[in-house]
Amino acid sequence: MAKNGVFSRLRRLDRAEGVDDFSTCNDSHEVHVLAVDDSLVDRKVIERLLKITSCKVTAVDSGRRALQFLGLDEEEKSVGFDGLKVDLIITDYCMPGMTGYELLKKIKGSSTFREIPVVIMSSENILTRIDRCLEEGAEDFIVKPVKLSDVKRLKSCMFGGNRIQKQDKGLNKRKLQDNSGVPLSPTLDDDDDVSSSPSPPSISSPSLPRSFSSLPSSPSSPTPPDSPTRLLKTSDEEE
Amino acid sequence: MEVDQLQRNFLEYTNLLFREGFLDGQFSQLQLLQDESNPDFVFEVVSLFFEDSERLLNDLTIALDQQNVDFKKIDAHVHQLKGSSSSIGAQRVKNTCIAFRDVCLEQNAEGCLRCLQQVKQEYLLVKTKLEALLRVRVPHLFSLEQQIVAAGGAIPMLNDFC
Repeated sequence: MAKNGVFSRLRRLDRAEGVDDFSTCNDSHEVHVLAVDDSLVDRKVIERLLKITSCKVTAVDSGRRALQFLGLDEEEKSVGFDGLKVDLIITDYCMPGMTGYELLKKIKGSSTFREIPVVIMSSENILTRIDRCLEEGAEDFIVKPVKLSDVKRLKSCMFGGNRIQKQDKGLNKRKLQDNSGVPLSPTLDDDDDVSSSPSPPSISSPSLPRSFSSLPSSPSSPTPPDSPTRLLKTSDEEE
Repeated sequence: MEVDQLQRNFLEYTNLLFREGFLDGQFSQLQLLQDESNPDFVFEVVSLFFEDSERLLNDLTIALDQQNVDFKKIDAHVHQLKGSSSSIGAQRVKNTCIAFRDVCLEQNAEGCLRCLQQVKQEYLLVKTKLEALLRVRVPHLFSLEQQIVAAGGAIPMLNDFC
């Protein structure tokens, strides 16, 4: 899953153009995202959100189908889908059959696929749920409804060249103490009014999730009082 | 009618829907995703929402009509409806669903029936308004958006809600 070439090229692009247009990358490799959600409406929205940020998208309606696509399903072996490597999995938490959490565990439990970052989406921002997912190795947790700024942030954090390349593939490093996801430069969020100051770094305390929205929320939909993004903010909201 | 007048009408109507709480910021998010390459995106998502909602409302009606009401199942349906309404910005439908789930927790069948009536009402209201905005299925009648498109104009967005 090493994407050294892509990362360094993107890093140069970021600095030179200051643009989050990843489609201008010389490498023909687009970020391929596997989106998992049982809701038809949400699948359509997440698919469009990802495509508009220049990702290739495969959208499936269940954890089971996600595993089949990856070739991890015990019952049905997929017919060698090696051509389309998955760079990111974004999954809903609440799904009938296999939950997003169960899917996450299966992926992190696989030697082949545990390196793929997994992001969880949920309409309910229950801290214990978020903690559990992050402890199990989720890269990030997005509270629904998903916005364009969420997807842009995700993409720039993970594939924008700010991500410190992991050398050791043997260990699952996705523990709360690991700060490898800390964004180093201002994220390329159009909604952000405060473009002159860099976004505050993710909280490095082991007890709090990292890279978990250090941005002020967009003015149009203020975060509810007890949402994680509001709890973890280190600076005042601009609005 | 001139394109800019049509566009103003569209914006005024959208603004009204926001002011009256029928729509919230998430609807603007959907509009952000619509462009020349995907000119019908909002309409397509909203259509999926209509289909989804009608199915769920039907299932809820059946579930509440049973001798032994399965409140878990009802909660599951309402949770789904809450999710999809939230995803398209149908705020009043979403809020009604939130209240519905609370009543469901109490395992109050009568209360649930009242909630179902409310959700149906809110759903029909937002459906009518969204159709007036985006697409009307009655021949010879055009929605605000259709009129703009017919006149060769671009669909405007409310900047305040971006």
